[in-house]
Amino acid sequence: MPDGNAVANETFVVQMKSITKVYPNGVAANQGVDFNLRKGEIHALMGENGAGKSTLMKMLFGLEQPTSGEIIVNGEKLELTSPSVAIAHGIGMVHQHFMLVPSLSVAENMVLGMVPKKSGLFIDRAKAIEITRQYSEKFNLHVEPEAKVMDIPVGMKQKVEILKALVRGAKILIMDEPTAVLTSQETAELFVELKHLKDEGYTIVFISHKLNEIMEITDRLTIMRNGRSMGVYNTREVTKEQISRLMVGRDVVLSVQKDRAVPGDTVLRVRDLEYVNEWGKKMLDKVSFDVRKGEILGIAGVEGNGQKELVDMLFNFNVPNSGAATVNGTSILGLPQQKIRELGVSLVPEDRMLYGIAAGASIEENVISDRASDKRLNNGPLFNMKAIHEESDRLIREFTVLCKSRSQHVGMLSGGNIQKVVVAREFSNNPALILADQPTRGIDVGATEFIRKKLVELSRSGIAVLLVSADLNEVMELSDSLIVMHNGRIAAYFDDTSGLTDEIMGEYMLGLKQQSDAEVRRVCHD
Amino acid sequence: MLNFLKILATPEFFFSIIRISAPIIFATLAAIVVEKAGFANIGLEGLMMFSALSGSLVSYYAGSWFWGFLAALATGVLMSLVMGFFAFRLKTDIILVGIAINMMGSGGTLFLCKVITNLTEGKAMASTTGLITKSLCIPDIKIPLIDKIPFLGAVLSGHNLLTYLAFLFCLLTSIMLYKTSLGLNIRSVGENPDAASSVGVSVQKIKYIAMAFSGLMSGFGGAFMSMAYAQGWSQDMVSGRGFIALAAQAMGGGECLGGMLSAVVFGFAQALGIKFSAVGLDSNLASPIPYAVTIIGLVVFAVVRNNRVKKQHSAAALMKTAGKQEA
Repeated sequence: MPDGNAVANETFVVQMKSITKVYPNGVAANQGVDFNLRKGEIHALMGENGAGKSTLMKMLFGLEQPTSGEIIVNGEKLELTSPSVAIAHGIGMVHQHFMLVPSLSVAENMVLGMVPKKSGLFIDRAKAIEITRQYSEKFNLHVEPEAKVMDIPVGMKQKVEILKALVRGAKILIMDEPTAVLTSQETAELFVELKHLKDEGYTIVFISHKLNEIMEITDRLTIMRNGRSMGVYNTREVTKEQISRLMVGRDVVLSVQKDRAVPGDTVLRVRDLEYVNEWGKKMLDKVSFDVRKGEILGIAGVEGNGQKELVDMLFNFNVPNSGAATVNGTSILGLPQQKIRELGVSLVPEDRMLYGIAAGASIEENVISDRASDKRLNNGPLFNMKAIHEESDRLIREFTVLCKSRSQHVGMLSGGNIQKVVVAREFSNNPALILADQPTRGIDVGATEFIRKKLVELSRSGIAVLLVSADLNEVMELSDSLIVMHNGRIAAYFDDTSGLTDEIMGEYMLGLKQQSDAEVRRVCHD
Repeated sequence: MLNFLKILATPEFFFSIIRISAPIIFATLAAIVVEKAGFANIGLEGLMMFSALSGSLVSYYAGSWFWGFLAALATGVLMSLVMGFFAFRLKTDIILVGIAINMMGSGGTLFLCKVITNLTEGKAMASTTGLITKSLCIPDIKIPLIDKIPFLGAVLSGHNLLTYLAFLFCLLTSIMLYKTSLGLNIRSVGENPDAASSVGVSVQKIKYIAMAFSGLMSGFGGAFMSMAYAQGWSQDMVSGRGFIALAAQAMGGGECLGGMLSAVVFGFAQALGIKFSAVGLDSNLASPIPYAVTIIGLVVFAVVRNNRVKKQHSAAALMKTAGKQEA
């Protein structure tokens, strides 16, 4: 096995030796994993979802404890029983979902849990702000100490998280998919900052499955698959194809083949949608667009720019302040979801665990839940179990859901298979319109590829698809035409995605550019 | 009608508003702090009932209002911690725990009262309905100077010690929430417990503290009921103040000043109800007034908030067009 650990008897800042983690339910998340960190390196930890990389890092950060194996930090064998212990030994973690309190200021978030006091009782705000400034300048991470966290952009929130770890004395930073929520510009900025930290002697673990980023920024990488380490490599000595093979054990086709779209009549028509949220922030600002038969319209944008609110309106999770939305001429705003579904609208929700499935119910129950009253599946008032079994077996086969049987609980499946259960239901009920909200977020490469191919296939068969995705590659590759959302507005519309580059997209996503109203209006095909 | 207004425009009426508001304020502060910590304590009513009973009993046996007062506070805190134990440690649904405490507060207190008084002191103290008529009272306080002012003096001076404390606690609670690290921890636990625990704040501990605070405030409220408002204890004497406080918390936007004002609004409604029945209005008509005001208050609150959102909306739109014209 090629090994990046060429130096004999080298001392590492972190050594995790034959770590095994078996959960009480018998799932072995890690089996005999070795992992080590050199001082001052950026080390990628790669693997598909469920490969065990998060579990491994949770153990290093004290959130979970290994079943067997040992963890040595700076030559000292440690029992990391809680994050506080890890923090005390200089280990910090920047979580994928920010651990910030939105209504508190940046400075207050910085000092939470270690608040500077005056007169022994009161919070010393000035001191907290000063600490924040000091660290912000020292590490060249610009933040606004007095702004409330809910008012600052995602990129700055991440900086606050990094500073939070640094102010607690972290020398080793674990970054869990830090670029997942950033634009390409913000990512570039983050990389400069990480390199700066590296030069200062900080050690960084970079969890990611984005190959380009790994190649650009890391020194070494550890690849995990099925809870085992597939080896440690020097980044410049491996190719993307090699990494991809080690991660999934086969060559993944990273692009989707598709024919040119032949758009038909308008299915979804959205006009001048406006929404102001409960804190008075305008989340949707005169949003208008059309989605036609046989085309995929992509919505790109940094998260939090109104995409979530838009999908909420279209499936009546929320009601806009003004505007209209129709499916084949029938208004859907405020319509019960059952009625929206009857119009042929399918939803692949962003939060699959909350809105996509019932985790404690079986695969079968989940896939028929939208058609439970279908005549074909019922004998009078009772279920026709034979027909239901046939239907669910057919869907499990067609959507290659990896499971023991149709009666297995959905919650027991891996992320990718859970999402396959969702799309098996949503894609199979003769939809006229599919709302696909982050359809491949956080799932493995195999399932991602499958779902993307299905979306293209369905759109070519004459279904209208609205694809909302924060994954730039995904929207740019799948969409026939594309809109970019920024600050609740449509910043740009591209009727052809072939000539687009990340840079052009980034400028619109960050609000550096804005097309004229006439240009944006082209997305309304009337 | 004019006569009736004349009755209302007396210092006695305003005095009674303040007096009636005090226990609601205590309970509202309890509701505010637990809400900031991220949960709801619907058992305030029951906690106040227990505190009222223990205050009344202990003051009688110890012969001192002070010990009774302390017993009421201790009862509130201890029982709230028991609630916390069930909810946070044994993972019982906190709403169910609250319901249990409220039911015990209604029937259990009567039971305890009868058992304790009949077994020891004989039947002299407790009547068959469980009424204690002899508890000692927390003293009233005359404020020098102010009580010389005509009208205002009669309104503001001469209140019970606890009434003044209630208004003082509004300020102190606000300071605690916004100026101390405890308050910062409470707010962060309520808003994002993961964030709090990731930096070493113990979520459980903070929740227990918030719970104990609500118990302490209920203790004050309960003591006020049996040792100041009435000179004794009777079944269900808290009569919904613990629930009205939950409404006051919501109406006040979850903040101390707003909560206090809402509590005073409810106090006004109750005082009005009492006045109505005093002038001969059927008590069946007068007694729903506080509850009607609760509902009206919540509706007004919702309308005002919606209007504010709409205003911000149009303000934002205005700024946008203004910006465009400049550009």
